[in-house]
Amino acid sequence: MLYREVGDFKTSYKADGQTFPIAFDRYRYYAVLLIAFALVPFLLNDYWVKAIVLPFLIYSIAAIGLNILTGYCGQVSLGSGGFMAVGAYSCYKFMTGMDIWLPFGENGESIQYALPPLNIFFSVILGGFTTALVGILFGLPSLRIKGFYLAVATLAAQFFLVWLFNKWSWTYNYSASGQITAPERLLFGQAITGPSTEPWATYLFCLVFVVVLALVARNLTRGHLGRSWMAIRDMDIAAEIIGVNPMKAKLTAFAISSFYIGIAGALLFAVYLGAVEVGEVYGIQKSFLVLFMIIIGGLGSIFGSFAGAAFMVLLPVLLKNVLVGQLGWATDIAAHLEFAIVGALIIVFLIAEPHGLAQLWRVIKEKLRLWPFPH
Amino acid sequence: MSASFFFGVEVFMNGLMAGVMYSLVALGFVLIFKASGIFNYAQGVMALFAAQTLVGLQTGLVPFSHLINAVFGTEVHHFGWNIPTVFAILLTILIMIVFAILVEKLVLKHLVNQEPIILFMATIGLAYFMEGFGDLMWGSEIKTLDIGIPQGGNIWVEEATAGLGGEDFFGFYLDTLDIYATVIAIALVTALVLFSQYTKTGRALRAVADDHQAALSVGISLRTIWVIVWSIAGFVALVAGAMWGAKSGVQFSLSLIALKALPVLMLGGFTSIPGAIVGGLIIGVGEKMFEFLIGAPFLGGATENWFAYMLALLFLVFRPQGLFGEKIIERV
Repeated sequence: MLYREVGDFKTSYKADGQTFPIAFDRYRYYAVLLIAFALVPFLLNDYWVKAIVLPFLIYSIAAIGLNILTGYCGQVSLGSGGFMAVGAYSCYKFMTGMDIWLPFGENGESIQYALPPLNIFFSVILGGFTTALVGILFGLPSLRIKGFYLAVATLAAQFFLVWLFNKWSWTYNYSASGQITAPERLLFGQAITGPSTEPWATYLFCLVFVVVLALVARNLTRGHLGRSWMAIRDMDIAAEIIGVNPMKAKLTAFAISSFYIGIAGALLFAVYLGAVEVGEVYGIQKSFLVLFMIIIGGLGSIFGSFAGAAFMVLLPVLLKNVLVGQLGWATDIAAHLEFAIVGALIIVFLIAEPHGLAQLWRVIKEKLRLWPFPH
Repeated sequence: MSASFFFGVEVFMNGLMAGVMYSLVALGFVLIFKASGIFNYAQGVMALFAAQTLVGLQTGLVPFSHLINAVFGTEVHHFGWNIPTVFAILLTILIMIVFAILVEKLVLKHLVNQEPIILFMATIGLAYFMEGFGDLMWGSEIKTLDIGIPQGGNIWVEEATAGLGGEDFFGFYLDTLDIYATVIAIALVTALVLFSQYTKTGRALRAVADDHQAALSVGISLRTIWVIVWSIAGFVALVAGAMWGAKSGVQFSLSLIALKALPVLMLGGFTSIPGAIVGGLIIGVGEKMFEFLIGAPFLGGATENWFAYMLALLFLVFRPQGLFGEKIIERV
């Protein structure tokens, strides 16, 4: 009754091609935006932002990014953690003032040029662009290598990048601990990074990124580029024959996906964690975490990326609350049990619904179309 | 002959030994991939689990003792007996076979005809599950595994080679355990090759690896074959886990050897047993020599983490199917 195309007459091409053609979808979208921007900021406290909301928003961006590459373009990547690290470290360099050393000084000394520290917003964006460049570099082998071979090849990016940020002291501004720590940065007079941030400010900062990036992703995947990705995913040789340029499709997928993942990495470091040690935060576990999100959420679905991120963020919090908080078990036993439960759930999900939570949502929509009449 | 040359040779030999260890893990991958087209990420965790079980049985640990203590408030930890190593190994093999049957019944059976990526994800889920389950069952603390192989440098090799160099050369340092591991690995590979060439089951395995549907049509039970293959992979995991565990203790990092085995597979080709062995040796020697010649002096060390992947990546750009892999033919 509510959710249907019938009777909703479009009178212009613009109306026909809008992001959400079905009226119910559109109003739901506006309602979610209204709640997210106008209501949630007043309800948040520090615990909720730190434990649930910020990780959810940030991992959603990463999941959308990986979904573009894996779900839409069919190139399996296990390098997300490494790409997130690129985003974080380049964001750090830009926000503390990028220093460039040139070996042209007198007596062969190098001279230092330094950019002024950039605004946090632009630092995050530039972090994304840097990651996109690195992503293209590591995407080049995808033109020759396919399937599992490519998945393993992306592990090269993961291990190499983590090693690089451990060893190359320029990337962490020669700090003794090898960590990077986000200094306090303001946006419109409000602290976004650093120790004294307001929960609502960090939340809104991340939310703006999520909304814009999700909207861009949704429209990209509906357009020419997204269709060429999907053609490559479904059968690359056939796509090539009908005129899709595989190099362009694969490399744009790598670039845009890495851009998203880089922004997620930058936000994870600057806004959420504040201080980062690369091997701990951006290790291979992170790559798997993001991959789990898109598998559980649904490959090739923007909604699925959100659903998967929510699931993987909420599950450990929930388990920890029940096992440690309610039953009073030791944290290490709870952690082992959590591993076992997450693993088992992934298998159960794959068996019961290989297309993820997004498929459940699609089934519900099909039912809604006919409701209240079953036929 | 300078001392550094001999040191280089020693690094080379140690690389070969490490390579044998990588090959052992890679072998488990290849067996499963050939027979079922599944890329089994859980192989490393299977090695960890097998080693944990072996130690647990040997020293008479109570399974799930931490969990039992947490739920019932008891204080159990050991049964207070020690099982002889041979029996413990046999029992562990039995457990790995039961595990193979369970995996087939509970997971693989339901995922027939799914895309390879889904199956791959399922094995990652399996890896997570086993990691948590193994730690719950036997506890996560580092355990020492003693299977009766002496540790430390081999005196015999050292004395035999001491005369080669000059005054400041005292012979090659080779770990006795590594030498044992090499011998065991060679024996294992020979046994596997003989098994797959000369027994009825082995022929069935090769038939399934060749073509699932054709194998089904001549009456080979795919599900039985899968159980057998996973059991063999479990056995290989036990050998690899016991060797690595005896060398550096049974702990979480043991499961990471799976990550070391992946570039070996890429280099050798996913479907080739000789490929797994040659690839393992190339990677083992390559990463040790790179670290010795370039990594440690110029790049700040610890290049072993990524060198294998980079090598495999560069190699694949020129030969996408690996050294011995079947040529990838694509049709529309």
